[in-house]
Formats: sequence, structure tokens, C-alpha cells
Amino acid sequence: MLMPDFEPVLLRRILRNADVSLEAYRADGGYRALAKALGEMAPAQVIDVVKASGLRGRGGAGFPCGVKWTFLPKDHPGPIYMCVNADESEPCTFNNRILMEQDPHQILEGIILSCYAVKATTAYVYVRYEYGPAARAMQRAIDEAYAANLLGRHVQGKDIHLDVFVHRGAGAYICGEETGLIESLEGKRAWPRIKPPFPAVEGAFRKPTIVNNIETMACVTHVVDRGADWFKSIGVPPDPKNPRDAGSYGPKLYCLSGHVNRPGCVELPLGITVRELVEKHGGGVWKGKKAKGCIPGGISMGLMTEAEFDTPLDFNGPGKVGCLGLGTAAVTVFDEDTSIVDVLYNVCRFFAHESCGQCTPCREGTGWMLKIAERLRRGQGRLEDLKILEEVGHGMGIMPGTTICGLADGAGWPVKMAVRKFRAEFEDYLRAGKKSTAALAGVH
Amino acid sequence: MSVLSEDLRQKILAYLPRYPSKQAVTLPALHVVQDALRCVPLEAVREIADLLDLSPAEVADTMTFYGFFRPEDKPLGKTRLWVCRGLACALRGGEELLSDLCQRLNVRPGQTSADGKVTVEFAECIGVCEGAPAVLIDDAGRGDVTPDRVDALLAELRQ
Ligand SMILES: Cc1cc2nc3c(=O)[nH]c(=O)nc-3n(C[C@H](O)[C@H](O)[C@H](O)COP(=O)(O)O)c2cc1C
Ligand code: SF4
Ligand code: FES
Repeated sequence: MLMPDFEPVLLRRILRNADVSLEAYRADGGYRALAKALGEMAPAQVIDVVKASGLRGRGGAGFPCGVKWTFLPKDHPGPIYMCVNADESEPCTFNNRILMEQDPHQILEGIILSCYAVKATTAYVYVRYEYGPAARAMQRAIDEAYAANLLGRHVQGKDIHLDVFVHRGAGAYICGEETGLIESLEGKRAWPRIKPPFPAVEGAFRKPTIVNNIETMACVTHVVDRGADWFKSIGVPPDPKNPRDAGSYGPKLYCLSGHVNRPGCVELPLGITVRELVEKHGGGVWKGKKAKGCIPGGISMGLMTEAEFDTPLDFNGPGKVGCLGLGTAAVTVFDEDTSIVDVLYNVCRFFAHESCGQCTPCREGTGWMLKIAERLRRGQGRLEDLKILEEVGHGMGIMPGTTICGLADGAGWPVKMAVRKFRAEFEDYLRAGKKSTAALAGVH
Repeated sequence: MSVLSEDLRQKILAYLPRYPSKQAVTLPALHVVQDALRCVPLEAVREIADLLDLSPAEVADTMTFYGFFRPEDKPLGKTRLWVCRGLACALRGGEELLSDLCQRLNVRPGQTSADGKVTVEFAECIGVCEGAPAVLIDDAGRGDVTPDRVDALLAELRQ
């Protein structure tokens, strides 16, 4: 499915080190899509083209963007809010940061287009605290847009009013979950809400709200500019054998990290395999070693063994090898000398630290999984621990129906995958009474 | 006696028009205070609550949810240095970097060096994974903090 002549779309200006100013963005054809939409398209037509493009959300869940927009109540008197999710805290994911720092107007144009489409009058860009330079770049772009009447009252002389504000987080992963984000925005602890109601019906400040990811917003700009057919010419059509697959269209920013020679962010059509990503774009595994496996889409999606590296990274592929989904398409490779016990420990530590504590299976489950992983590290593990890990992993999440949000599914998944796919290594380690030799800073 | 200067109060109040509820200004207010005072004293919690028509308990509830804000007995040093322990960094020396920095500054994670210059903390992935091992200097990421660059980093932070 790879198009040999693929030309970067989202990174087009970034790869040229183009200037971030409004003037430079405009000189490169920026805000052409907005002029077109405001000039010749009704809001419903913008929704239609986004729907027709098959664009699916890039934040992790892959929900069709245009379809989500139609869940807003019809003829609502307003206000309707847009929350742009720039919390980007899924471990090993960094493409939103690059987009915000290096081409903020590309995102802002998508935000303005989306707000026009759904009739939102205020957008909040929720940026994780750790992204100071990105938040400042977004703020400068917003300031320029106000000065150019792309924001504010009567945008471009039309009867459209739109404010965009940057809202900064305070270092909590759970603020990326859309209703956790909304609670946090409202000034409360970021405890995800029970759904329904979904944000489109009752979201920020109890009003209809759309939550979309930064990369999704950047895609909207190009969908409106170049049309649904162009977008659909990139990527992978639905799998005929899977009636629930809505296809994987468009370009994707893949993040590559870990034990590769050239870590970084590359833009490719959806559907590239892990192997091609690692070999061709990442320069292969470092130090001439072999890979043992990888995290295929942020750590919440599970693990792949090296033998599974021919899996295509589209919305459908990772599921075929037992992973939770495409996730954020952030691939972290670990080499043959990495102990799976250390990978497991790192993952468990993260989720135990980030569970918001609201649901018992998640709060207690992540804690127990970490305790067991610690025990394995210290060389005090038992074979039964593998069974307990699997059981705890199976029991927590939206899928088994025991928790409020998907953090718990994401916490259980890599643990279940590790035990299932690397069982032989765990068993050898336990039988031989091994201890982890990896350095640890002595804190949890 | 008020701990929030007029300037800080004005900075907080300037956020009000952005949101339909006053409570939404809680996080911006906590940031304004901690940026200036290096912690959020209990008295500031009361004063923020006053400004936003909330009870101090509501502000404290939000504040303590995020491990980010410091009480007055644990103020931050001049620079807050977060060392990433996320997977991509751990695979490329992140844990060693954290140990090394703690040892050289003679602190444990969360503590501040004796000269008050640097507070070291661990962080979960800070989104600079292509530059693992990475650190966050206050709110700006920096990658490729390999062992040979630690001296220069510390010299910079101690200035
Ligand atoms: C625990 C958890 C963390 C999440 N973190 C993020 C995040 O950092 N950024 C993001 O865009 N979506 C994140 N999501 C997904 C959001 O809930 C939501 O689906 C997404 O922002 C919708 O945008 P999209 O449709 O454009 O992808 C997270 C979900 C969960 C369950
Ligand atoms: S699943 Fe975990 S993170 Fe999500 S609401 Fe429940 S306790 Fe919080
Ligand atoms: S894992 Fe360290 S920056 Fe992402």
C-alpha cells in the first residue's frame, strides 16, 4: 500500500525548517483552506468533506472525526466548545510537540476550520505543562491570528466569532483522557467522567464539546484544502474481511524511539510495517544488534515480538497480533539484550503512578502489578506470579466493564502481552532465579 | 497579611474572561503563584479561593491531585530539573542519568541542592524521546543528555 512517491503533508514545511510566522505560513499557501471554507462552504459541507475523507482521530482511539462532529445536538443554542487535546502524555509519543513547536499555524487553521464546522465559539488548546516551548509557539500563532482577524469577533468580516485559548496542564497523564481533560479544564481534579453522556452532548462546562487531537486538527486543514478524494488516495482502504474496519486513510506521524540508530518522527502513509519503519527510516537496530520486540503505539497498546514486525501500522493491523490498536503509532524498539522483566517493570511503574485512583480495579490492580514486577526484578518472583499478572490485567478496564476510563485497559494490555508473548523468557528467568541487573535510580 | 502581591492578583484575575466559570482559573492561578513563589503557601490557597469564589478546600483538592504543586515546606529551587524515566529514556540510560545527577547534587529525587539552585525530580515521558535520555528544565525539554554532557548541564544550572 505504500506509495513510493509519498510527499510529506504534515511535515512539509517543518522538513524545510520553514518559518513559524503567519506571514511565512501564508506565503506557503496557508489559510487558503480557511478562505475556501468561509467563502464557499457552509459549516455542514465542511463536516461532510471531513466525513467523506475517512479521517480518523489521531489521539489513540481512531474514532472517525467527521462522525464524532455529527453527534452534537442539532440546532443547539450554544455555546459549543472545542477542546484540542495537546496533553500528549502517552509514553514515547512526541509528534504533537513537533507540530506545535514548528508549524503552529497549520494546527490553528485546522482548529478554526473545525470550530466553523461545528459552530464552536471557544476553543481551548489543553497543552501538557511539560511542553512550554510548544505552548508559547501556539500562543504566538494565536496572537498573530487575532491581529489578522482570523480569530476574534467577525472573523474575516463574517458573522463568525471565535476565541482560542491555551490552557496548560500540570503533569498528569490522565488529563489526556477526554473527560479527564474536561474536568481539569474546569479547575477540578482530573477524574474521568462516566459516559454517557459523551462530551458531544454534555462536555466542558456542561455544554456540548468536541475533543480532538492536535494531529487530527492538522489533518483537517489539508482535507479541506485538497479534498476527501486526495486524502483517501493515501493509506489503506477498509479490510473487506473486517466489517468494522473504517479504513486507515491519510498520512501519519510515526514516532520512533528506543534502540534504533536514528530515532525521530517520520511522516508516512498509514499502513507502513514496523520492520520498514525500523530498518528504512530508523537506520536499523543500534549497535548492530537484533530487536527483541517493540511497543507499537505507545505503551498502552501492548507489545510486539520481532517476529511480528511485518504487521502494518494502520488502525486494523496491530489488533491482528493481539495489540489493543494503533494507539499513537509511537514505536519503541528494545534490543535482544533487554530483559523483558525490565520492560514490564517500567510499564507497570508508569501506570501505577498515573492511575487517577477513582476505580478500585485500576488503582489496586496497577499497584499490584507493580509490586509483582518489583518482586520479579529482585529475583523473588514465582511462576504463579505470571498467572496473577494475567488475571489482574484481564480484570481491569472498560472492556471487562470494571472501570470508568481506558487507562486501565492500557495498563493491563502490555502486561498481558508481555506474559503471553515472552512467557519462555519469564519462565527461564524465574526458574534460574535471576535478578535484574538494569540500573534503577532507587525510587518508584 | 496577604501573600499574593497586587501584581499576582492581577495576573490571576486576567484569566477570568477566558472561561465561563471562575473555578476554571484554578490551574492558571496555581501556576502563577508557584512560578513566582516556588511553592503554593496555604495562605495563597485561601486567597486564590477568595478571588475565585471557591472554598479553600476546593482549591486544595485540585492542587493536591497534581503532584506538581509544592507546599510551603517544600519549595522549589531556582530551576526544576526533571529527569525522564519513561521507557524510551530508560532504554538509553535515563535511570543512570537520574542516579548520576542525584549523586552529584547530593539529593534524592524531589529534593533541592544545598545551594538552592536545582530541584531534581523524576518525570514520566516528557515527549522528547527521540533525544533519549532527556530532561526537562522547568518547562522546556532537552534531549541527548549523555554522560559526557552532564558536567556542562550542571555548570549551566548552577550559574
Ligand atoms: C488514559 C488515556 C489517555 C489519553 N491521552 C491522550 C492524549 O494525550 N492525547 C490525545 O489526543 N488523546 C488522548 N486520549 C484519547 C482521548 O480520550 C480522545 O479520544 C482523543 O483526544 C480524541 O481525539 P481524536 O478523535 O482527534 O483522536 C487518551 C485516552 C485515554 C484513555
Ligand atoms: S480507569 Fe483508572 S485512570 Fe481511569 S478513571 Fe478509573 S482509576 Fe482513573
Ligand atoms: S521516554 Fe523520555 S522523553 Fe519520552
